Amino acid sequence: MKYAFSFLAVIALILIAGLGSQVPGMQYFFGVAIPYLAMMLFVGGFVYRVTQWAKSPVPFSIPTTCGQGASLDFIKQDKLDCPTKTSEVVARMFLEIFLFRSLFRNTKSEIHDGPKITYESSKWLWLFGLLFHYSFLLIVIRHMRLFVDPIPFWLSAIESVDSMLQIGAPTLYLSSVTLLGGLLLLFGRRLVNRHVRYISLNNDYFPLVLIFAIGVTGILMRYFLRTNIDIINIKNLAMGLVTFSPVINVKIGAIFYIHLFLVSTLLAYFPFSKLMHMGGVFMSPTRNMANNSRAKRHINPWNDPAIKPHSYAGYEDEFREFMVDAGIPVEKELSATKDEA
Amino acid sequence: MAVPKLEQLSKSVVQGPSLATGAVPTKDWMDVPAIFKPGNYAYPAKQEKVEYLNSQKDLHFPNAREWSPEDDDWKLPEGWQDIILKGLKERLDKFRSLKIFMDCCVRCGACADKCHFFLGTGDPKNMPVLRAELLRSVYRNEFTIGGKILGKMAGGREMTVGVLKEWFMYSYQCTECRRCSVFCPYGIDTAEVTMMLRELLHLVGVGINWILEPASNSNRTGNHMGLQPHTFKDNVDFLADDVENLTGIKINHSFNRKGAEVLFITPSADVFAEPGLYTAMGYLLLFEHIGLDYTWSTYASEGGNFGLFTNNELMKKLNGKMYAEAKRLGVKYIIGGECGHMWRVVHQYMDTMNGPADFLEVPKSSITGTTFNNAASTKMVHISEFTADLIKNGKLKLDKSRNAHVKATFHDSCNPARAMGLIDEPRYILDHVLDNWVEMPENTIREQTFCCGSGTGLNTDEIMELRMRSGLPRANAVKHVIDKHDVNTLSCVCAIDRATLTSLMNYWNPGCNVCGVSELVGNALVMDGENRQELDEGLRTLV
Repeated sequence: MKYAFSFLAVIALILIAGLGSQVPGMQYFFGVAIPYLAMMLFVGGFVYRVTQWAKSPVPFSIPTTCGQGASLDFIKQDKLDCPTKTSEVVARMFLEIFLFRSLFRNTKSEIHDGPKITYESSKWLWLFGLLFHYSFLLIVIRHMRLFVDPIPFWLSAIESVDSMLQIGAPTLYLSSVTLLGGLLLLFGRRLVNRHVRYISLNNDYFPLVLIFAIGVTGILMRYFLRTNIDIINIKNLAMGLVTFSPVINVKIGAIFYIHLFLVSTLLAYFPFSKLMHMGGVFMSPTRNMANNSRAKRHINPWNDPAIKPHSYAGYEDEFREFMVDAGIPVEKELSATKDEA
Repeated sequence: MAVPKLEQLSKSVVQGPSLATGAVPTKDWMDVPAIFKPGNYAYPAKQEKVEYLNSQKDLHFPNAREWSPEDDDWKLPEGWQDIILKGLKERLDKFRSLKIFMDCCVRCGACADKCHFFLGTGDPKNMPVLRAELLRSVYRNEFTIGGKILGKMAGGREMTVGVLKEWFMYSYQCTECRRCSVFCPYGIDTAEVTMMLRELLHLVGVGINWILEPASNSNRTGNHMGLQPHTFKDNVDFLADDVENLTGIKINHSFNRKGAEVLFITPSADVFAEPGLYTAMGYLLLFEHIGLDYTWSTYASEGGNFGLFTNNELMKKLNGKMYAEAKRLGVKYIIGGECGHMWRVVHQYMDTMNGPADFLEVPKSSITGTTFNNAASTKMVHISEFTADLIKNGKLKLDKSRNAHVKATFHDSCNPARAMGLIDEPRYILDHVLDNWVEMPENTIREQTFCCGSGTGLNTDEIMELRMRSGLPRANAVKHVIDKHDVNTLSCVCAIDRATLTSLMNYWNPGCNVCGVSELVGNALVMDGENRQELDEGLRTLV
């Protein structure tokens, strides 16, 4: 019941913001102090984590090769899966980061009588993952309209594409639906897939529930709980925040503060959680290195040149007699060593 | 400890209550202790082997003692937790891979059913993600803010004796094959995690004999088998005699010869036991065929490197002999025989650890004139690359009909496939020495190949049931092509495979031979001046 904890935690967060923001004078705390704090933690934490990673060297060239490497002229190299040039590595990373290529390979195995093990393509995780991540990205981009003035053309264009189905008023954003859908599918998968269920931790359920709550509060605010929700006032606050001159001089509905508090929680939580896979995916040595370690020497900063093999001289000293008997060439003849002795 | 009968094991892997077949354990994995009983662990390293290694300059193998995994008390040294945690901190600072792999896993489960140990045992802790969590839980508890504050709530765990025992059990139920890494969206490589676990365990004197004894042999005598120079020479001479008996060709080979053009290094298992012997005979014939100016070395008589399964220092120390000997003998470059983990070390570690090999030349085949630019810095060429180039340039006289008794399939060894990208060279060779051969199903070959189940020093007899289980996915794919295409030979380019797949085939697919690709080359070679007997089984024919 690890997921129950995540629900409780998110409910608690909602209550804190919902009730707290209604206490006179607390609007600044929830509308200004918390977002600033969260942003500081996010940026500071993210930078800290990435620098911490970068501080550790990559001592060896350890790409996971997933195809034929570059060797003889007549053997065709798989440039994407076994890159040797930087451009090929970039292409491999691009497909990994933007299209989740490794997940696209996923298979599901089953053990049948016989025994007989079968493997079939399984793209659900890939699909759910793409759905969620791209929806989230789109939503983050859409929210940029709160922080810039005037709103650039491309942002409006994205919005109109996102609401192209023209359902309801204000029009429904497709990404809102696909975000919640993606989250539900990912959450459901954690419960239904027995492997994943067994390995899942609070750390896995919490972000799903949190982001789901962020999505729901956002939708509620846009479509349903519209009392004291005026986009102009919210944009004023947002612009104030980014220009470091925040003011709150009107009443804004509790749902907004809840939404903002949950987003702040996500930002603050991000650098200290598995969500850092966003940064890590760029730095994974098995993916971002070229497979050219025999052609070009990779340097290990802590390589210890003092470590030497058991010397040939020591070896010959131990086995010289046998070697001479067997007619194996030696550096020092037996008589010479006897003379020395 | 006896290996269960085939019927019994076949039933057990399908119907046994395991996570692989549908049963979900009721207890959280953190609450399930590792229990050692005969057959489920490899024997601990003998005290004298650990003492020997510890006595070597630059090596650190403390706490040598007699102990048994079955005992409650493992006689760990005073302050062992601090030793482990300090060791972990040190490794986090030395390996970015470790940090990233500890931090980035989202437990998506893509790796879960990719592991041959998981498929064969159904033990949840053999899912790569959970194997890594064994370490990650301790990492979280000690090195992350969330874990320090929230402890178990954030998936953290204290470093206890129970955790250490789990580490021992499951870091020796992983063959560092990297199959999980292919499927991971962040490329998390369990091999890296297992290496770290094993290194940490050695800090408190926990290791297995099947790895440390060969490693200490290799340090002293030059090879894992512990063959002393004269014995090593005898073995190769014996194979040369065999070749002469079969083909009438006198082999001109040499040992420790200065001024040779090429130093040839292959796993010592190839000159020690069947079926590797036939592969070695293939090498002898091939080099004779082209008149290569090469030498064997008794000092660097081991291609393999069990240091890779132990720790970085030992790996480097053992590997150092290759360049040291190449330099002493004054050769131009090195050719390496068929071996999986050897090539992981040569391809991804050697130059970094023991290079630059500026005393060698960029490998250039004196027979074909081809320059091996892919080995320009390491100066070491894989025998399959070398052979494929010879074939392409028409330098080999081959008669496929001499392999008429062979209906082969090809097993990609983990390391050449996933840590090197040597996939099509052996296939190119097979195309030219066999009339026809078949591939196993696509999810079990090339980068998705399944391990023999006994790599990384796990090919020891006391864990035979485990090995037969972990080798099941490989054996099963072979069975598929046996049933469908009457395959009778499993070819490969790995010495450990030749030993372990033989046991595996004998168990799951009796009647299927295992051979090296170079054996098939040797079979097919038409030698000048040969006086060849009727060799119905190629180099294996008893005459």
